[in-house]
Amino acid sequence: MDRVIIIGAGQAGGQAAASLRQQTYKGEILLFGDEPHPPYQRPLLSKQYLSSEEEQERIFLRAEAFYLKHKITLRLGESIEKISPNVNSVTTSTGEQIRYRDLILALGSRPRTLTIPGSDLRGIHYLRTLDHVDVIKSEMLAGKKLVIIGGGYIGLEVASVAVKIGLDVLIIETEDRILKRVTTEEMSAFYHQLHVDRGVQICLNTSIASFSGQENLEGVVCGDKVVPADMVIVGIGIVPNTKLAQAAGIACDNGISTDEYCRTSIDNIYAAGDCTHHPNPILGRRLRLESVPNAMEQAKVAASNILGKNKAYAAVPWFWSDQYEHKLQMVGFSTDGQEQCLRGDKAAKTFAIYYFRDQRLVAVDAVNAPADFAAGRQFYDRRFDLKKLSNIDIDIKDCLMDDQIDH
Amino acid sequence: MSKITFVQHDGETQTLDVENGLSVMNAAVDNLIPGIDADCGGECNCATCHVYVDETWMPKVGLPGAMEEAIMSLNPERQSNSRLSCQIKVSDELDGLVVNLPEFQY
Ligand SMILES: Cc1cc2nc3c(=O)[nH]c(=O)nc-3n(C[C@H](O)[C@H](O)[C@H](O)COP(=O)(O)OP(=O)(O)OC[C@H]3O[C@@H](n4cnc5c(N)ncnc54)[C@H](O)[C@@H]3O)c2cc1C
Ligand code: FES
Repeated sequence: MDRVIIIGAGQAGGQAAASLRQQTYKGEILLFGDEPHPPYQRPLLSKQYLSSEEEQERIFLRAEAFYLKHKITLRLGESIEKISPNVNSVTTSTGEQIRYRDLILALGSRPRTLTIPGSDLRGIHYLRTLDHVDVIKSEMLAGKKLVIIGGGYIGLEVASVAVKIGLDVLIIETEDRILKRVTTEEMSAFYHQLHVDRGVQICLNTSIASFSGQENLEGVVCGDKVVPADMVIVGIGIVPNTKLAQAAGIACDNGISTDEYCRTSIDNIYAAGDCTHHPNPILGRRLRLESVPNAMEQAKVAASNILGKNKAYAAVPWFWSDQYEHKLQMVGFSTDGQEQCLRGDKAAKTFAIYYFRDQRLVAVDAVNAPADFAAGRQFYDRRFDLKKLSNIDIDIKDCLMDDQIDH
Repeated sequence: MSKITFVQHDGETQTLDVENGLSVMNAAVDNLIPGIDADCGGECNCATCHVYVDETWMPKVGLPGAMEEAIMSLNPERQSNSRLSCQIKVSDELDGLVVNLPEFQY
């Protein structure tokens, strides 16, 4: 039996199926997804889809006809409840048992949830799926009071859309700055000011004790204060979906453990995307990533290796975020840097910060500066003359120190 | 519907009937055209949907926008007819368009 089963019809699962066919895999492909939708672009959920700039049909990664044409069997609205590696089979929510030759786990992640009193009141939302956003959109009406819990990228993106619609927005963050987990003080400060200038209120160093209300949310309780709220969106991070794998005896450690070939601890079982804890040879460490480029790349690697191509994963992580009319693009992890260099004009909101470790480029945060973002990807690990780099009139290539030949 | 032709680096050619309104990148992805990765899904973020527009079509397709230009600026395979295919919308006017694919995406 020549069959690949993919569990999870998200960014990684959809790409894995496409890559198998693109690399002329001839066997059966079954793509299981517990959401009722074919794979779609999750990043748009807190951006152009939330703001209604993109309609629903435009957010799907591929038209449904694609799956038919390429004989990819979509099993949507069905979840896999069990994996039995000893007999190479999976069991669906309806009890059907199906065998595979190779299995790809593209399970994604789920929002970290709050368990404080009142957490299940109507009006409290998490934002991960299209269905979540459809509900959120129907409630995001001008004049309402929205409290966003967590000043991470998703929270900030939601804030920028909500302000445009005309909601009254308050962000509550437990840390002493927004984006603390993911970026440097300077970037946090820039984004803090950006949101405050647009009328968003930000409360730092604040934890919520509970939510008030009977059935419907009425307020958020912090210390001895109750902040009135019509709606809450919680964005306090995600947890990788590993339960299914763990129950099957697949090694997990802050995600499903994989090697650089996207193989799990069991031979014919691969994993890709948010659910993996994987080695990155360029960064020189194991990590978990929450990003589309990673999901896409790992899906391609897993598909290649199923077809015996011996392809290893090695990619510099990158990420983006849209807030108001400003585009942030990031390469690497700015928190890896020891030294930094500003290029561009911060006041004009067109700038990039380059980060260095042992004088080598390890990250770039580019605000409305796509050329610097491109430079970060192209010249990762290279050395720069920082004096030149800080002068925007000098071409980026001329800022490189000559210790490596251009490829 | 408009006809769009993709020419691979090795000369292999595929012609597709594409619904107007989709991007050239959408058409390539939906039809498993090799050589277009489109990692960002068409947000002008990744530049992995780079194509060379057949010179005779350049006047109709037009030049890249500022964002697109910047993101391609360091691409070593950049040419005067380079475009990001997610930024080219298919329309009757582009019926018959020919695009060539680079050897690598960056
Ligand atoms: C609002 C939002 C904004 C984001 N913005 C960006 C951004 O700007 N840039 C960026 O790079 N990344 C962004 N991300 C992160 C990005 O969306 C994820 O990294 C990416 O979707 C990961 O892909 P994946 O395939 O691993 O997981 P997912 O896309 O989450 O797909 C996993 C799928 O598997 C399903 N599933 C899980 N278990 C089972 C089971 N047992 N049976 C059947 N199905 C199952 C899940 O329901 C889900 O549909 C954003 C995420 C969110 C939520
Ligand atoms: S698909 Fe990413 S830039 Fe075109």
